[in-house]
Amino acid sequence: MIMVHPNSESDKEYMSRLKAKKFSMYVFLVVTFMIFAAWSSGFIVYSAGSPDRGLKTLLPTTFIYSTLVIVISSLFMHLAYKASLAANFMKQRLYLIVTIALGCAFLVLQYLAWMHLATSGVVFINNNASQSFIYVFVWAHQLHILAAVIVLLNALFKIDPKKALIKNTFRMELASIFWHFLDILWIYIYVFLLLNQ
Amino acid sequence: MAFFAMFLSILFRIQLAWPDTDFPILEAFLGKWAEGGRIKPDFFLSLVTIHGTIMVFFVLTAGLSGTFSNLLIPLQLGARDMASPFMNMLSYWFFFTACIVMISSFFVESGPASAGWTIYPPLSALPQAIPGSGTGMTLWLVSMTLFIASQVVGGINYISTVLNMRTKGMSLWRMPLTIWALFLTAIVGLLSFPVLVSAVVLLVFDRGMGTSFYLSDIYIAGQALPNEGGSPILFQHLFWFLGHPEVYIVLMPALGLTSEVIATNARKPIFGYHAMVYSLVGITVLSFIVWGHHMFVTGMNPFLGGVFMITTLIIAVPSAVKTFNYLATLWRGNLRFTPAMLFAIGLVSFFITGGLTGIFLGNSALDISLHDTYFVVAHFHLVMGSASICGMLCGVYHWFPKMFGRMMDDKLGYLHFWFTFVGAYLVFFPMHFMGIDGVPRRYYSFTSFPFMQEWLSVNVFVTWAAIIAGLGQVAFLFNFFYSIFFGKKATQNPWQANTLEWTTPVEHLHGNWPGEIPTVYRWPYDYSKPGHDTDFIPQTVPFSATMSSNLPHDFDGDTTAEKIQRDWDKEHGIERSEYSH
Repeated sequence: MIMVHPNSESDKEYMSRLKAKKFSMYVFLVVTFMIFAAWSSGFIVYSAGSPDRGLKTLLPTTFIYSTLVIVISSLFMHLAYKASLAANFMKQRLYLIVTIALGCAFLVLQYLAWMHLATSGVVFINNNASQSFIYVFVWAHQLHILAAVIVLLNALFKIDPKKALIKNTFRMELASIFWHFLDILWIYIYVFLLLNQ
Repeated sequence: MAFFAMFLSILFRIQLAWPDTDFPILEAFLGKWAEGGRIKPDFFLSLVTIHGTIMVFFVLTAGLSGTFSNLLIPLQLGARDMASPFMNMLSYWFFFTACIVMISSFFVESGPASAGWTIYPPLSALPQAIPGSGTGMTLWLVSMTLFIASQVVGGINYISTVLNMRTKGMSLWRMPLTIWALFLTAIVGLLSFPVLVSAVVLLVFDRGMGTSFYLSDIYIAGQALPNEGGSPILFQHLFWFLGHPEVYIVLMPALGLTSEVIATNARKPIFGYHAMVYSLVGITVLSFIVWGHHMFVTGMNPFLGGVFMITTLIIAVPSAVKTFNYLATLWRGNLRFTPAMLFAIGLVSFFITGGLTGIFLGNSALDISLHDTYFVVAHFHLVMGSASICGMLCGVYHWFPKMFGRMMDDKLGYLHFWFTFVGAYLVFFPMHFMGIDGVPRRYYSFTSFPFMQEWLSVNVFVTWAAIIAGLGQVAFLFNFFYSIFFGKKATQNPWQANTLEWTTPVEHLHGNWPGEIPTVYRWPYDYSKPGHDTDFIPQTVPFSATMSSNLPHDFDGDTTAEKIQRDWDKEHGIERSEYSH
C-alpha cells in the first residue's frame, strides 16, 4: 500500500522498522482482545453457576444506535485513510474530524445506554454479577474508544504537508487499524450480550 | 529484588525454625511487626506473600525473559536494535516503578499484602478482613498492574522483533534455541497476562465499589456483608489461566539459555534441535489447558478434574523430551565445566527432581491429600524456583562478557554454584517428607499442632541450610560487581560459540555491528563437526569456506550446491554417502 521504493540501505531498515511497528499493533490488538475474552469466559462460567444469575434483562435500544454510529465512523475512517494515500490533506482532515465526532457521539450514546439500564434497575452494584458484567464490558470498551480518539486527534494535528508523506500515511494506517478493531470489538461485545440476554 | 525476596524468606524461615525464641534485633528493624523480637502472624503472611510475588514475577519473569530477551534477541538475530526501542524503555520504567510501589508497601502502617501471592478473594477483597488486605493490597494491585503493562509492552516488542528483524539468512529454523524459547515465552505472556488484568479489574470493583463478582455469604465479626451471589472460584479460574502459563513463562527462557550453554560447553550440536523446538511449542500450547490442576479441591466436577489431569500429565511428554535431549547432548561431549555450564547442569538436575513430583501432584486423587502441603512447596521450588534460578545464573555467567566486556571470576563462580546447588536440595528435599506427612504450607506456628511439632527439628535444619545457601549468594554478588570493574578483559568470543552475538565487538556500540550486519549461512550448533579444523563453526561462515566438513544434509536438497560439493569431494578423494541425487 505504501508507495515508496526503498533505494538505500537505511531506507530499507526504516521500512522494516515500520513493518515491525505495524506488526506490533496487531499483537497489541490480540492482547486487548484477550482481556475481553477473559471477561466473556468469566461471564459464561459465572452465569452458568446458578439459575439466579444471567442477564435477565433486555438490552436498551440505544445500543443499536451506538452500533450504527460506530460502523459509520469506521467507514469515514477508511475514507480518511484513502485520502491520506492520495495525499489529499483537505479531505483527510475533514473525514478524520467526522470520525472523531462520531466517536464522541458513540461515547455519549453508551453513556445514555447505561443511564437507561440503571434507571430500569440493572445497576452496577448488583448481587447478580452477570448484570455488573454489562458495565464492565461497556466501560472497558469506552476507555479504549477514548484512547483511540486521542490517537485520532494526534493523527489529525500531525498532518503536515511539508513532512515526508510516508509518516502521515503510516500514522493513519495504524490509527485506522486500531479504530476498525474497536468497531469490531464492540460488535462482538454487543452480539455476545444479545446472545445471552 | 531477588536478594530482597531471599532475605524475606530467611526472615520467615527463622520464625519457622525457632518459634519460641526471641530475636530482639528483629524488633529494632521491624518495630511492631516483630514485637518482643518475634515475627507476628500477620507479618509472617506478608513475608510469604511478598516473597512469592517478587520471586515469581519480579525476579523470574522480569529477570529471565525481560533482561535476556532485550539482550539476546537483537544480538543473536542480527538486528541493530529491538523493533521499538521506545517500547523497550517504556517497559523498563514501568517495571522500575512497579518495583518501587511493591517495596513501598513495607512502609505503610497496615503492612504489605498478605493474602498469598495468588491473592484469592474474599481475603484479598475485604480490607477489613486482615491488616494486609488494606493499603498493602492496594499497593500490590497497583504494582502488579504496572508490572503487567511492562510485560505486555516488552512482549509485543520481542515478538515483533523476532518475526520482523532477523538478518539475512536467519530463517526460523536457524534461530538459536534461546530465541525460540524467548519468543514462545513472549507469546505465552501476551495471551495470559491480559487475563490477570481482567481478574484484577473485577477484584478492584469488589474491593472499592461494592460489586459482588467474587463475594457471597460473608460474615465478618458476626456482621453479614451485603454482597451476595459472587463466585470466588471465578477468580481462581481467571487467576490460574494466567498462573499456570506463568510457570512456563518462568521456565522456558531458562530452558532456552541452558540449551545454548550446554551445547557450547559440551562442544556438541544440541541433540534433537527440532524436537527441542517442538517440545517448547508443545509446552506453550499445553500450558493454557492445564490450569484446573491448581483447583482440584475446589469442588470441581470430577470429570473436569479428570480432563485437567490428562492434559497436565501430557506436559510430562515435552518436558521429558527436553530432559533426555539435554542428557544426550552431554553424553560423551567434551565437557568444559565453566560456572555457566555447572548451573546449566544444575537446571537439568532440578528439572528432573522437581518434575517427577509434578507427576504426583498432577493426579487429582493424590492431589487431594497433597494439596497445600509442603509437598507442593518442595515441588514448585525445585522445578520452577531452583531450576529457573539456575538457568538465570547460568545466563548471567555465560553472557557476562557480552554485557560488561569482562569475565567473571571462575573460582567464586564454583563456590557460588556448590552453595546454591547443595543448599537448594538441603532446603527443599526434606519438605517432600513434611508434605507427605500432611504438614500444611503457610502455617505460622508449628508448636500449636502436636503432629507438626516433630518436624521442628527439620525446620531448624532447613533454616540453617537456607541461611548458608543465602550466604553463598554473597559470592555471586561480590563477583558480579567486582568483575564489572576489575574482571579480566574478555575476548570477542570467550566461549568459542557459534551464535551471532559473539561476532560483535567487545566495546558496545550503537547498532551492535560497526559495518554491515552479518549474514547467516548455517544453524547455530555446528560444534565438533568432523573434518573441520576447529571445533566450532560460527553461523556467519558460509559452506563454501568449510568444504572439508560439509555434510549432504547441510544443503537442504540444493542440487547445485550438492554438485559443487561432490566435485570437490572427488577432487580430494573423499567419499560421502546419502546424497539426494
